[in-house]
Amino acid sequence: MEFVLRSVIGGLVVSFFAVFGDVLKPKSFAGLFGAAPSVALATLTLAAVAKGNLYAAHEARSMVAGAVAMGAYAWATMEAIMRRGWRGTAASSAALLVWFGCALGIWAVFLR
Amino acid sequence: MMRRVQTFAPKPHLNWRALKTTRWYELALRFVFGGAITVIAGELAKAYGPVFGGLFLAFPAIFPATATLIEKHEKERKEKCGMSGAVRGREAAALCARGTETGSLGLISFGISVWLLAPRLNFALTLSIALCTWFAVSYSAWNMQRRRVCSH
Repeated sequence: MEFVLRSVIGGLVVSFFAVFGDVLKPKSFAGLFGAAPSVALATLTLAAVAKGNLYAAHEARSMVAGAVAMGAYAWATMEAIMRRGWRGTAASSAALLVWFGCALGIWAVFLR
Repeated sequence: MMRRVQTFAPKPHLNWRALKTTRWYELALRFVFGGAITVIAGELAKAYGPVFGGLFLAFPAIFPATATLIEKHEKERKEKCGMSGAVRGREAAALCARGTETGSLGLISFGISVWLLAPRLNFALTLSIALCTWFAVSYSAWNMQRRRVCSH
Protein backbone atom coordinates (compact mmCIF):
# COMPACT_ATOMS: atom_id res chain seq x y z
CA MET A 1 0.00 0.00 0.00
CA GLU A 2 2.83 2.40 0.92
CA PHE A 3 4.50 1.53 -2.40
CA VAL A 4 1.41 2.52 -4.39
CA LEU A 5 0.83 5.68 -2.34
CA ARG A 6 4.45 6.74 -2.75
CA SER A 7 4.45 6.23 -6.53
CA VAL A 8 1.08 7.98 -7.05
CA ILE A 9 2.01 11.02 -4.90
CA GLY A 10 5.49 11.20 -6.49
CA GLY A 11 4.06 10.86 -10.01
CA LEU A 12 1.44 13.57 -9.40
CA VAL A 13 3.86 16.11 -7.89
CA VAL A 14 6.48 15.53 -10.62
CA SER A 15 3.83 15.77 -13.38
CA PHE A 16 2.47 19.00 -11.90
CA PHE A 17 5.90 20.69 -12.01
CA ALA A 18 6.62 19.23 -15.47
CA VAL A 19 3.36 20.55 -16.97
CA PHE A 20 3.93 23.93 -15.33
CA GLY A 21 7.40 24.00 -16.91
CA ASP A 22 5.84 23.13 -20.30
CA VAL A 23 3.57 26.20 -20.37
CA LEU A 24 6.22 28.66 -19.17
CA LYS A 25 8.17 30.90 -21.53
CA PRO A 26 11.04 31.67 -22.11
CA LYS A 27 12.63 28.22 -22.08
CA SER A 28 15.51 29.26 -19.81
CA PHE A 29 12.89 30.23 -17.19
CA ALA A 30 10.95 27.00 -17.73
CA GLY A 31 14.23 25.17 -17.13
CA LEU A 32 14.15 26.35 -13.52
CA PHE A 33 11.32 23.87 -13.04
CA GLY A 34 13.60 21.07 -14.23
CA ALA A 35 15.32 21.59 -10.88
CA ALA A 36 12.08 21.88 -8.90
CA PRO A 37 12.04 19.93 -5.65
CA SER A 38 9.26 17.67 -6.94
CA VAL A 39 10.63 14.27 -5.84
CA ALA A 40 11.83 15.86 -2.58
CA LEU A 41 8.40 17.28 -1.74
CA ALA A 42 6.72 13.90 -1.97
CA THR A 43 9.51 11.89 -0.33
CA LEU A 44 10.24 14.31 2.53
CA THR A 45 6.54 14.66 3.39
CA LEU A 46 6.09 10.88 3.52
CA ALA A 47 9.33 10.51 5.52
CA ALA A 48 8.31 13.19 8.05
CA VAL A 49 4.86 11.63 8.52
CA ALA A 50 6.21 8.08 8.94
CA LYS A 51 9.53 8.69 10.74
CA GLY A 52 9.55 12.23 12.07
CA ASN A 53 11.12 15.58 11.23
CA LEU A 54 14.66 14.63 12.21
CA TYR A 55 14.73 11.77 9.68
CA ALA A 56 13.52 14.19 6.98
CA ALA A 57 16.23 16.70 8.01
CA HIS A 58 18.92 14.01 7.51
CA GLU A 59 17.55 13.27 4.04
CA ALA A 60 17.48 17.00 3.20
CA ARG A 61 21.13 17.42 4.19
CA SER A 62 22.15 14.76 1.65
CA MET A 63 19.79 16.27 -0.86
CA VAL A 64 22.04 19.36 -0.91
CA ALA A 65 24.82 17.13 -2.31
CA GLY A 66 22.37 15.76 -4.90
CA ALA A 67 21.41 19.33 -5.84
CA VAL A 68 25.07 20.29 -6.39
CA ALA A 69 25.31 17.22 -8.64
CA MET A 70 22.16 18.42 -10.44
CA GLY A 71 23.94 21.71 -11.27
CA ALA A 72 26.92 19.78 -12.68
CA TYR A 73 24.52 17.51 -14.61
CA ALA A 74 22.71 20.46 -16.24
CA TRP A 75 26.03 22.13 -17.11
CA ALA A 76 27.34 18.91 -18.71
CA THR A 77 24.09 18.51 -20.69
CA MET A 78 24.32 22.07 -21.99
CA GLU A 79 27.99 21.72 -22.94
CA ALA A 80 27.39 18.43 -24.75
CA ILE A 81 24.59 20.00 -26.80
CA MET A 82 26.21 23.35 -27.58
CA ARG A 83 29.88 22.41 -27.94
CA ARG A 84 29.66 18.81 -29.14
CA GLY A 85 26.41 19.13 -31.10
CA TRP A 86 24.81 16.16 -29.34
CA ARG A 87 21.04 15.72 -29.44
CA GLY A 88 19.11 16.57 -26.27
CA THR A 89 18.19 12.94 -25.54
CA ALA A 90 21.78 11.68 -25.86
CA ALA A 91 23.29 14.60 -23.92
CA SER A 92 20.81 14.48 -21.02
CA SER A 93 21.06 10.68 -20.74
CA ALA A 94 24.89 10.54 -20.89
CA ALA A 95 25.15 13.40 -18.36
CA LEU A 96 23.44 11.16 -15.78
CA LEU A 97 26.94 9.68 -15.31
CA VAL A 98 28.10 13.16 -14.23
CA TRP A 99 25.25 13.29 -11.69
CA PHE A 100 26.18 9.87 -10.26
CA GLY A 101 29.89 10.77 -10.17
CA CYS A 102 29.31 14.08 -8.37
CA ALA A 103 26.63 12.88 -5.96
CA LEU A 104 28.48 9.71 -4.94
CA GLY A 105 31.79 11.62 -4.75
CA ILE A 106 30.37 14.23 -2.35
CA TRP A 107 28.66 11.47 -0.33
CA ALA A 108 31.92 9.46 -0.07
CA VAL A 109 34.03 12.48 0.94
CA PHE A 110 31.71 14.50 3.19
CA LEU A 111 28.65 12.50 4.22
CA ARG A 112 29.58 8.85 4.69
CA MET B 1 24.17 58.15 -10.90
CA MET B 2 22.08 55.02 -11.13
CA ARG B 3 22.66 53.02 -14.30
CA ARG B 4 19.51 51.63 -15.84
CA VAL B 5 19.97 48.19 -17.29
CA GLN B 6 17.77 47.57 -20.29
CA THR B 7 16.57 44.03 -20.78
CA PHE B 8 15.31 42.73 -24.10
CA ALA B 9 14.84 39.08 -23.17
CA PRO B 10 11.16 38.20 -22.72
CA LYS B 11 9.70 38.32 -19.25
CA PRO B 12 8.35 35.04 -17.85
CA HIS B 13 4.80 34.31 -18.95
CA LEU B 14 2.40 31.40 -19.38
CA ASN B 15 1.69 29.99 -22.82
CA TRP B 16 -1.31 27.65 -22.41
CA ARG B 17 -1.26 26.78 -26.14
CA ALA B 18 1.86 24.73 -25.43
CA LEU B 19 -0.43 22.18 -23.75
CA LYS B 20 -2.06 21.42 -27.11
CA THR B 21 1.20 19.95 -28.40
CA THR B 22 1.61 17.73 -25.32
CA ARG B 23 0.39 14.19 -25.93
CA TRP B 24 -1.16 11.97 -23.24
CA TYR B 25 1.73 9.46 -23.36
CA GLU B 26 4.23 12.27 -22.69
CA LEU B 27 2.37 13.10 -19.47
CA ALA B 28 2.10 9.40 -18.60
CA LEU B 29 5.85 8.96 -19.14
CA ARG B 30 6.69 11.73 -16.67
CA PHE B 31 4.11 10.42 -14.18
CA VAL B 32 5.74 6.96 -14.33
CA PHE B 33 9.32 8.34 -14.04
CA GLY B 34 8.31 10.63 -11.16
CA GLY B 35 6.54 7.82 -9.31
CA ALA B 36 9.43 5.43 -9.92
CA ILE B 37 12.15 7.74 -8.60
CA THR B 38 10.03 8.58 -5.53
CA VAL B 39 9.70 4.85 -4.78
CA ILE B 40 13.42 4.22 -5.47
CA ALA B 41 14.49 7.13 -3.20
CA GLY B 42 12.28 5.77 -0.41
CA GLU B 43 13.56 2.19 -0.82
CA LEU B 44 17.22 3.34 -0.89
CA ALA B 45 16.64 5.34 2.32
CA LYS B 46 15.08 2.23 3.91
CA ALA B 47 17.94 -0.04 2.84
CA TYR B 48 20.98 2.24 3.32
CA GLY B 49 19.70 5.00 5.61
CA PRO B 50 18.48 8.58 5.03
CA VAL B 51 21.97 9.97 4.35
CA PHE B 52 22.39 7.84 1.21
CA GLY B 53 18.72 7.87 0.19
CA GLY B 54 18.59 11.66 0.45
CA LEU B 55 21.00 12.05 -2.48
CA PHE B 56 18.28 10.80 -4.83
CA LEU B 57 15.82 13.53 -3.81
CA ALA B 58 17.69 15.71 -6.33
CA PHE B 59 18.03 13.06 -9.05
CA PRO B 60 17.21 14.51 -12.50
CA ALA B 61 14.54 11.86 -13.05
CA ILE B 62 12.45 13.60 -15.66
CA PHE B 63 14.99 15.95 -17.21
CA PRO B 64 15.98 13.57 -20.07
CA ALA B 65 12.29 13.14 -20.95
CA THR B 66 11.68 16.90 -20.72
CA ALA B 67 14.74 17.77 -22.87
CA THR B 68 13.67 15.20 -25.48
CA LEU B 69 10.13 16.61 -25.63
CA ILE B 70 11.29 20.24 -25.83
CA GLU B 71 13.68 19.39 -28.66
CA LYS B 72 10.98 17.41 -30.49
CA HIS B 73 8.29 20.09 -30.12
CA GLU B 74 10.60 22.93 -31.26
CA LYS B 75 11.77 20.85 -34.23
CA GLU B 76 8.17 20.06 -35.25
CA ARG B 77 7.18 23.73 -34.92
CA LYS B 78 9.98 24.84 -37.28
CA GLU B 79 9.31 22.03 -39.74
CA LYS B 80 5.66 23.09 -39.97
CA CYS B 81 6.95 26.41 -41.36
CA GLY B 82 9.02 24.50 -43.91
CA MET B 83 12.36 25.00 -42.13
CA SER B 84 14.80 22.51 -40.68
CA GLY B 85 14.25 22.53 -36.93
CA ALA B 86 17.18 20.35 -35.83
CA VAL B 87 19.41 23.23 -34.65
CA ARG B 88 16.52 25.16 -33.08
CA GLY B 89 15.41 22.02 -31.22
CA ARG B 90 18.90 21.46 -29.84
CA GLU B 91 19.18 25.11 -28.79
CA ALA B 92 15.85 24.93 -26.95
CA ALA B 93 17.03 21.83 -25.04
CA ALA B 94 20.32 23.61 -24.18
CA LEU B 95 18.43 26.69 -22.94
CA CYS B 96 16.30 24.46 -20.74
CA ALA B 97 19.48 22.86 -19.34
CA ARG B 98 20.86 26.34 -18.68
CA GLY B 99 17.72 27.14 -16.68
CA THR B 100 18.03 23.88 -14.76
CA GLU B 101 21.66 24.72 -13.94
CA THR B 102 20.49 28.06 -12.50
CA GLY B 103 17.57 26.34 -10.74
CA SER B 104 19.94 23.98 -8.96
CA LEU B 105 20.91 26.95 -6.74
CA GLY B 106 17.27 27.08 -5.68
CA LEU B 107 17.26 23.34 -5.08
CA ILE B 108 20.36 23.67 -2.86
CA SER B 109 18.62 26.39 -0.84
CA PHE B 110 15.50 24.20 -0.54
CA GLY B 111 17.58 21.36 0.91
CA ILE B 112 19.42 23.66 3.33
CA SER B 113 16.10 25.18 4.50
CA VAL B 114 14.55 21.78 5.26
CA TRP B 115 17.78 20.54 6.89
CA LEU B 116 17.95 23.54 9.25
CA LEU B 117 14.25 24.15 9.90
CA ALA B 118 12.71 20.67 10.10
CA PRO B 119 14.12 19.87 13.59
CA ARG B 120 12.77 23.19 14.94
CA LEU B 121 9.44 23.86 13.18
CA ASN B 122 6.23 22.15 12.19
CA PHE B 123 6.87 20.22 8.94
CA ALA B 124 4.16 21.93 6.89
CA LEU B 125 5.61 25.32 7.83
CA THR B 126 9.14 24.06 7.05
CA LEU B 127 8.08 22.93 3.57
CA SER B 128 6.25 26.21 2.90
CA ILE B 129 9.32 28.28 3.85
CA ALA B 130 11.62 25.97 1.87
CA LEU B 131 9.40 26.22 -1.25
CA CYS B 132 9.34 30.03 -1.03
CA THR B 133 13.14 30.02 -0.62
CA TRP B 134 13.50 27.71 -3.64
CA PHE B 135 11.44 30.00 -5.85
CA ALA B 136 13.00 33.25 -4.56
CA VAL B 137 16.58 31.99 -5.06
CA SER B 138 15.84 30.40 -8.47
CA TYR B 139 14.03 33.47 -9.78
CA SER B 140 16.68 35.91 -8.47
CA ALA B 141 19.52 33.86 -9.98
CA TRP B 142 17.70 33.60 -13.33
CA ASN B 143 16.90 37.33 -13.34
CA MET B 144 20.49 38.30 -12.51
CA GLN B 145 21.75 36.08 -15.31
CA ARG B 146 19.22 37.58 -17.74
CA ARG B 147 20.21 41.15 -16.83
CA ARG B 148 23.90 40.32 -17.11
CA VAL B 149 23.45 38.80 -20.57
CA CYS B 150 21.30 41.72 -21.74
CA SER B 151 23.61 44.45 -20.44
CA HIS B 152 26.60 43.06 -22.39
